[in-house]
Amino acid sequence: MTTTSVPVLAGAVLSEQVPVAAEGVFSLIWLLIAFPLAGAAVLLLVGRRGDSWGHVLGTLTVLSSFIVATFLFVSVVGLGPEERAVQQTLYEFLAVGGYTVQVGLLLDQLSMAFVLLITGVGTLIFVYSMGYMQHDERRRRFFGYLNLFVASMLLLVLASDYLILYVGWEGVGLASYLLIGFWQHKPSAATAAKKAFVVNRVGDVGMSLAIMVSFAAVGTSEILAVTGAADRMSTQWLTAIGLLLLLAACGKSAQVPLQSWLLDAMEGPTPVSALIHAATMVTAGVYLVVRSGPIYEAAPVARNAVIVVGTVTLLFGAIIGTAKDDIKKALAASTMSQIGYMMLAAGLGPVGYVFAIFHLLAHGFFKANLFLGSGSVMHAMDDEVDMRHYGALRRVMPWTFVTFTVGYLAILGVPPFSGFWSKDKIIEVAFDTSTVAGVAALLGAGVTAFYMTRVMLMTWFSDKRWREGAHPHESPPIMVGPLVALAFLSLVGGAMELKGMPGGGIEAWLDPVTGYRETEHLLPTALYPVITLTVVAIGAVGAWLVFGREPVPVVPPVGSPLTRAARRDLYGDAFNEAVFMRPGQYLTRTLVYLDGRGIDGAVNGVAAGIGGLSARGRRVQTGFVRSYALAMLGGAVFVVAALLLVRI
Amino acid sequence: MNPSNYLVLSALLFSIGAVGVLVRRNALVVFMCVELMLNASNLAFVTFARTTGTLDGQVTAFFVMVVAAAEVVVGLAIIMLIYRSRRSASVDDASLLRL
Repeated sequence: MTTTSVPVLAGAVLSEQVPVAAEGVFSLIWLLIAFPLAGAAVLLLVGRRGDSWGHVLGTLTVLSSFIVATFLFVSVVGLGPEERAVQQTLYEFLAVGGYTVQVGLLLDQLSMAFVLLITGVGTLIFVYSMGYMQHDERRRRFFGYLNLFVASMLLLVLASDYLILYVGWEGVGLASYLLIGFWQHKPSAATAAKKAFVVNRVGDVGMSLAIMVSFAAVGTSEILAVTGAADRMSTQWLTAIGLLLLLAACGKSAQVPLQSWLLDAMEGPTPVSALIHAATMVTAGVYLVVRSGPIYEAAPVARNAVIVVGTVTLLFGAIIGTAKDDIKKALAASTMSQIGYMMLAAGLGPVGYVFAIFHLLAHGFFKANLFLGSGSVMHAMDDEVDMRHYGALRRVMPWTFVTFTVGYLAILGVPPFSGFWSKDKIIEVAFDTSTVAGVAALLGAGVTAFYMTRVMLMTWFSDKRWREGAHPHESPPIMVGPLVALAFLSLVGGAMELKGMPGGGIEAWLDPVTGYRETEHLLPTALYPVITLTVVAIGAVGAWLVFGREPVPVVPPVGSPLTRAARRDLYGDAFNEAVFMRPGQYLTRTLVYLDGRGIDGAVNGVAAGIGGLSARGRRVQTGFVRSYALAMLGGAVFVVAALLLVRI
Repeated sequence: MNPSNYLVLSALLFSIGAVGVLVRRNALVVFMCVELMLNASNLAFVTFARTTGTLDGQVTAFFVMVVAAAEVVVGLAIIMLIYRSRRSASVDDASLLRL
């Protein structure tokens, strides 16, 4: 029996780290959000006058945020591990009786990691977008939306209250919707945007209910107060909150069963796919689960649900990835699968939180790199996304090829690339908790190798299958630069784990928030990389055997039933259509019918009845005074007669 | 003095008035018949007042007279206006107040 590396505070139960009030340099936290928010406001309000400089302003605001973030990080590293969580209260959002919501920013080790990822990778993608969107006439608006996204995402990870987090949560959803449908003249893009919005809304219901439940149970929605009260709450409450938060996470992170929107979301411009649908927004679900860790700790049912969701999704996404011919959809399926890994790790509890975040950061690097690489290829191939019309591009686009290859090796988990360090750890801890999850994670690594090798072979190797008139060329330096930077990060990202890094390596860094626990492994630690790499090698060689030896057919072959299922997203859409959409339509039609015939019928019937009666009644009004007089006299005689009769 | 005689007279006058209202078309005659009915009831009031020895009936009769006077003022004015505009005082001609 062996153990993994021992961080500084190994064995500590989920920490009770109390954030200190923001002073000095830390009073600048709000600037992180203010920069991109101001950028978004200017870009979206200034109108056409900003067309010539809008993209530069957009990039500069995010760069400014990154500089502030780096500055804060350096300041935080200088402090002791106990003092690294800082809280800044900006103003009171609302106060109703005993319930107050403060707009507060909580910058602890976890949010710091996210802030650096969002602003750092964000800056690179902004720079890349300056080249990618150069000829788009709505470029200023694009950068405005991207700025709005960055501001919302930062608010999401910095919020100290679930309600404020929810504001950011909806903000990124809105930005995602706007950017998926950015090319709204394409019906497919408009539909995809709507789909993403609707599916996300299902998850958002979970989020809002979770906030309500936590308020009912604890009387506050402040994150640290709710998670701190986890040991005092009853298991039912905790399970409810945990499952509702998981629903929210599933929506935002495209996890089964709310996975269907992510593949269609690739209709958006490629930088959007890289920033929002690979590196940052879709990982918000993982952030939510890790942030709410103590709740899951105390609610085993909810925790197991997270594990199941993660395990199912990592296989689900990987299988879909094997059959997609659209390069962006293959990468999107891969994103889904990799987030499944993170979810799985997050579900494992304190043993896994660190690795979930570690893999999240590494994935942010290499998947942004891969997406931007695919964007570079599309740029060169006149926006062609079908890999069956690629091929032999490695000599034409050497820079993109090399950076893409680095991303490829990183996602496969080949040492020393970043994915090796993070994914391998997840597989290790997954085996400790559940053999099924472990085997699934291992299998997922093999399938990942299979589909990524397929993407590599179909895009860069094999023969030319370009469409007529395609003249691929290397992208301009402004696009290659970010690619190189991200490739470098994908290569060295694993170094985050080293103890010599600022902050003492990611395990020690996150320990005060997540409480890392060492575990005893089933097998000797050294054996895991060997097994994983063997499976990865089998997957990669398998892909070469299938796709590498013969020319790739331009028309997709019929394929096995599994291939056909994977092409149709494993019938995810068909399932939604059959189970939710059709019955929903029937239900609404029935309700409309009942409303029209039943409720409206009753109301209109009463009105028509009274109308008919009065139409008959008005005939009495003849206008002849003498007939009225006769009626009065008759009535009076009748009354008198009745009185006399009663008296007798 | 037998009060029932007065009451019979009162009923007789009232009936004549009521029949007159119902059968005559000329608005002035109808109006006069209404006055007849009012005075018939006044006679009944006064008779009852004498029978019971209280003043209530007499007071009511005065009220009826006052109201009748006011009514005559308004009613005659209306009849006059109708006559001026239509050259007729027939109540059946003025039957526009209907749907």
